[in-house]
Amino acid sequence: MTSATADHGTGETAAWRDGKRYAWLLGLVVPAIPFLAWGLVSATGLGAFWWLGPVIVFVLIPLIDVAVGSDAENPPDALIEWLEQDRYYRWVTYLYLPIQYAGLVLACWLWTTYPMTLVDGIGLAVSVGVVAGIGINTAHELGHKKEKHERWLSKVALAQSCYGHFFIEHNRGHHVRVATPEDPASSRFGETFWGFLPRSVLGSLRSAWALEKARFARQNRSPWTLHNDVLNAWAMSVVLFAGLTVAFGPAVLPYLAIQAVFGFSLLEVVNYLEHYGLLRQKTDSGRYERAAPRHSWNSNNVATNVFLYHLQRHSDHHANPTRRYQALRDFEQAPQLPAGYASMIVCAWIPPLWRKVMDKRVLAHYDGDVTLANINPRNRRKVLARHGAASEAHAAGSTVEGGAR
Amino acid sequence: MSAYRCPVCDYTYDERTGDAREGFPAGTAWAEVPDDWCCPDCGVREKVDFEPAG
Repeated sequence: MTSATADHGTGETAAWRDGKRYAWLLGLVVPAIPFLAWGLVSATGLGAFWWLGPVIVFVLIPLIDVAVGSDAENPPDALIEWLEQDRYYRWVTYLYLPIQYAGLVLACWLWTTYPMTLVDGIGLAVSVGVVAGIGINTAHELGHKKEKHERWLSKVALAQSCYGHFFIEHNRGHHVRVATPEDPASSRFGETFWGFLPRSVLGSLRSAWALEKARFARQNRSPWTLHNDVLNAWAMSVVLFAGLTVAFGPAVLPYLAIQAVFGFSLLEVVNYLEHYGLLRQKTDSGRYERAAPRHSWNSNNVATNVFLYHLQRHSDHHANPTRRYQALRDFEQAPQLPAGYASMIVCAWIPPLWRKVMDKRVLAHYDGDVTLANINPRNRRKVLARHGAASEAHAAGSTVEGGAR
Repeated sequence: MSAYRCPVCDYTYDERTGDAREGFPAGTAWAEVPDDWCCPDCGVREKVDFEPAG
């Protein structure tokens, strides 16, 4: 069943087809990258192809984004539930995992038997890291679901990047505190990616442990047990890395370390651009206002959306975290990035470029009032001095013009 | 014994069955669940947001 009819309650019935239905299979090209790289190197003799992973994600996908463009189409509300129940979509995500791990084993075999230079080996490690990092996106989709086996698969996908604690921290930490100064995984106005990276890595680790510790404290039990989801998820990484070391020798360990660090850094740079500078205000009761569409950066670029399972429809994801990717909707009022996540990642790596592209967008989002943004406390005075005057000038100007937005 | 439902994801806390994983054994009254406890499935609503179920 690939199309359905929706009764909109007015007696009007419309047929709807999911235009992206088969496009989702393209996401499986990513875990196949080690195989593609091996094939291309074998066919051409060019070692440069070991770097295929970053080339696909940071060059090819941004170019396809430009060529294919955007798509703001949403499934009709009446069909969301039907669309979520179609099991085809979840199988597309499950399939990522066997290909991901077959590629990892292949890479270990290549590192230890295929004639390659150190640069080639590092290139392959970075390519495998791309698979691991986008595997965190697959784990993200699976970890938000209520089904037990999907949550387990989520931890399996995270084992390669040693980021098993993400499954806990993201769902119970980040989603609760998103776009507040308390969230280690929400980046702040004036904070560079390189400053955000250690803060988010360490803060998320601490948060995951604290969440599981609190859960066990409610049961009057010690957190030092394999029932602790942080510990049993890390145990999967230990078993995986130990198994690969036994099979291929300790020579694979440095490469495994490179791919894991590159993999989780890729997740962190996506974290960086998802909520940059956005802030939930406190209500009179002292609680933060609920996360709303205005608290996430979105993008409708088709190519990146297909490769990231609609992660860029991020506002709807935060409004409905358990909703499956194929049913996520675009919100017109949500702040939009100027390009897809794949392009914006490269931008985030270069802080002056990021500031030039994004700071004005955060300011525009807050009608020039920088005090409404989530400002990095480390350079708050500097940020206010730079943008504070502009905010007053803008306020005066908008009064004259009527201030309509 | 009553039950309370998360308005976002329909997770339901039933006082009869509790939620052992979350540290609330069967029979734990809703009043004993801490106010800052958030929905274990979606994470975006807290106890105070839950609605009485059926």
